[in-house]
Amino acid sequence: MIRIGIDVGGTNTDAVVMDGMTVLAGVKAPTSQDVMTGVVAALKKVLAAAKMTADRVDVVMIGTTHFTNAVVQRRDLAQTACVRLCLPATASLPPMVDWPEDLRDTIGHHWFLAHGGNEFDGRVISPLDEAELLGIADQIRARGINSVAISAVFSPVSNEFEKQAGEIMARALPGAHITLSADIGRVGLLERENAAIMNACLRDLSRDVVAAFRGALADVGFTGRFYLTQNDGTLMDADFAERFPVLTFASGPTNSMRGAAFLSGVADAIVVDIGGTTTDVGSLQKGFPRQATVAVEVGGVRTNFRMPDVFSIGLGGGSLVVGEGDGLTVGPRSVGYRIVTEALIFGGRTLTTSDIVVADGGAELGDKSKVAHLDPALIRAARDRIAFMLEDCVERARISAEPLPVIVVGGGSILVEGPIAGLHLILPDHFAVANAVGAAIAQVSGEVDRVYSLTDIGREEALNDAKRRATEAAIAAGARPDTIEIVDVEDVPLAYLPGNATRVRVKAVGELHVG
Amino acid sequence: MLDRGSKDGRFPLQEADLLPLSIGAALLGTGGGGNPYIGMLRSRELMRKGATVDILPLDALPDDAWIGEVGGIGAPVVGVEKIEQGEECYRAMRAVEEVSGKKMSALICAEIGGANSMEPVLTAMQAGLPVLDGDGMGRAFPEVQMTTFFIYGADAAPAAMSDDKGNVVIFRDVKDMYWLERFARDTSVAMGAAAGLAIAPMRMDFVRKTAVPGTMTEALAIGRTVLDARARRKDVVARVIETTGATLFFTGKVTDIERRTEGGFARGEAKIQGSGDWAGSEARIAIQNENLVLWVDGKPVIMVPDLIINLDLETGEPITTEVLRYGQRMATIGLPVHDLMKTPEAMKVVGPQAFGYPDLTFKPLAFGPIHS
Repeated sequence: MIRIGIDVGGTNTDAVVMDGMTVLAGVKAPTSQDVMTGVVAALKKVLAAAKMTADRVDVVMIGTTHFTNAVVQRRDLAQTACVRLCLPATASLPPMVDWPEDLRDTIGHHWFLAHGGNEFDGRVISPLDEAELLGIADQIRARGINSVAISAVFSPVSNEFEKQAGEIMARALPGAHITLSADIGRVGLLERENAAIMNACLRDLSRDVVAAFRGALADVGFTGRFYLTQNDGTLMDADFAERFPVLTFASGPTNSMRGAAFLSGVADAIVVDIGGTTTDVGSLQKGFPRQATVAVEVGGVRTNFRMPDVFSIGLGGGSLVVGEGDGLTVGPRSVGYRIVTEALIFGGRTLTTSDIVVADGGAELGDKSKVAHLDPALIRAARDRIAFMLEDCVERARISAEPLPVIVVGGGSILVEGPIAGLHLILPDHFAVANAVGAAIAQVSGEVDRVYSLTDIGREEALNDAKRRATEAAIAAGARPDTIEIVDVEDVPLAYLPGNATRVRVKAVGELHVG
Repeated sequence: MLDRGSKDGRFPLQEADLLPLSIGAALLGTGGGGNPYIGMLRSRELMRKGATVDILPLDALPDDAWIGEVGGIGAPVVGVEKIEQGEECYRAMRAVEEVSGKKMSALICAEIGGANSMEPVLTAMQAGLPVLDGDGMGRAFPEVQMTTFFIYGADAAPAAMSDDKGNVVIFRDVKDMYWLERFARDTSVAMGAAAGLAIAPMRMDFVRKTAVPGTMTEALAIGRTVLDARARRKDVVARVIETTGATLFFTGKVTDIERRTEGGFARGEAKIQGSGDWAGSEARIAIQNENLVLWVDGKPVIMVPDLIINLDLETGEPITTEVLRYGQRMATIGLPVHDLMKTPEAMKVVGPQAFGYPDLTFKPLAFGPIHS
């Protein structure tokens, strides 16, 4: 199977061609304003490097930070209405109550509370009121809004109300984009609703971006299926991604960590991804990034996504080196993508970490004679400072005393001089494009998050039911049934409730079925 | 300690106080009590609509004033999904007033730890009442009877509960606090595992003798310490220890977490592998919603009713038992509970025996040096 992995970052678009488990070629190209031009350039470059024609490629996987950046930068977001099925419960906190004001202003303050929703055990809070929903639809139409998010209390336990309300809205508002919260998030009303609203406000953009990807692929002659990567290192097909752009959030760090695991052949390790401006450090468990346990904010909005637990510091190949001796600092300011004109080795006038490494003989890059004048004491002090920063963040990412290896990836990897924190260092082949490799090897997953009463069915049966549902969800998402593995099982008893009410979360993953 | 109070110690709670109050309350929750985040947002919404609330010291009101006690009862995880309609506790409090024929002059927290720190503040804003600076636990406990008020003889009836739909259930005659816990627990499940509970009015002279004093200001001070240490990038755990007089008992990483459900409670045990000064040691923590006992290398070193608090080693964020998981790096600190919780009467209700540890003898912690 021939596959292409693409990672569209803020600065570079990376691409790799893989034949089975072998990386045939990996390239970097500048990211373009319109997305499509940069992707086309990267695709042409990587196909040429691999001596490959597009018609031989089976499948393309794309990782992108485009949607995260749109929310962070408050651009290209559609006016969006949120309808919550809940009354009389939850009236004390309206939708978007904990959002930053500027983001709320950007998408408008359009929220409605309606009857509906379930109790924790599936009982009905109040029946759905069609007339009420049609009245809300009239208001949404009158305000010219075309994106709607629907949430309901305990929809992860029963999503019937959200589905019914979605159908009523779709009939009343032909052509509107409708997002149901149960399709996106887990228990935790505000966080799940937040994710649904962010998804709804990205729907116009996702249509354009997915069309741009499709156009870029057609431009190089590829007509097969393509996928986008999610924050948990698994895939969604292009049509699904167009409907759920919010699921791409934080897929960048996930892809680089998964790529690092693949390229090094190590499943349990600390991954250090050094870019131009920042270094991301996270830990791999069984080949997947360890996930954050606290609520993760995106653009100031609280979510409960499955996000990798990544720690970032301001250190990269373009970081500024300022001062000397004890006053010497490295980062967090960086020349970023302007490194190719501003660093000393490229004829610029800014001392960067890359200049230090080249002057020390640690890498062949640019013009070494332009850094020949640097004081050896300064070079040593800067390298020590960089080593200290890397060591500090690796120590923070360690989750056991076990001497895990450290895998270094990313374009800024030249900054690493030797072992970090005394741990075995791995610098795999194709380290600079590990994120594109991570996209290429992404798997597909299915997840369930339900509350069971163990008095009725017993723990074993509840877990088996959850595993079966997760497996079905993975197959529905395109996994090959014979490759499916249950990678995560978590059961949390619901405190204070008799009847052994327990929340069970199960995730199944498998290799993508191609053909 | 507080820079804007009047001489008698009364001060208005302001929007800027809500975040530190919620952080301090989460910490005093000793792993349980539910997350105060939702309550913090609700309070903020009411304040932004113009509601106000004063915090009063325990000596502000006359002996014959009637004090109401309100709190949420249910499962914390339901609280983050079926958010309150908003008047559950308020309706329950009014029902108790009606049945008892007594008007409340102020409200007090049943438990300062966790989500219930916010309920009296919310109800007080709705009713136009002040909130007393104190509570019935000085921490969080899982059951209704585990307050200093009940331990020292507060009436179990009349009490009332209300849900999001406006149902109000009144407990007119209840034999004792254990019966109230039983009835209230079952009623809360019928109400969707999220309800407001109001308890019989208590006379101010009784409250003055039995409440754990100053816990609202204590939670505020702890929360401010955490926020300040974070903003200045100081060691949050060290600063919390300095301002509370707590003692660091262990640092390490969670290596195992076992959970089971018994009698409607989350019970379990966490194992922690030592790091730093405790490298080579092993600790374990017993859990019933809250942290009950800490053993280090097999020896019990902190136990209920003293406070066992797990903090994220880097952020200082209190770690609740629900999110406790494999690989977490944390510091475990111990804080002495108030003396009212250490008497023979209190031991029967909240001592290690009451939680099913017949072999443990309560050895109280001492305060470390306090810097503020």
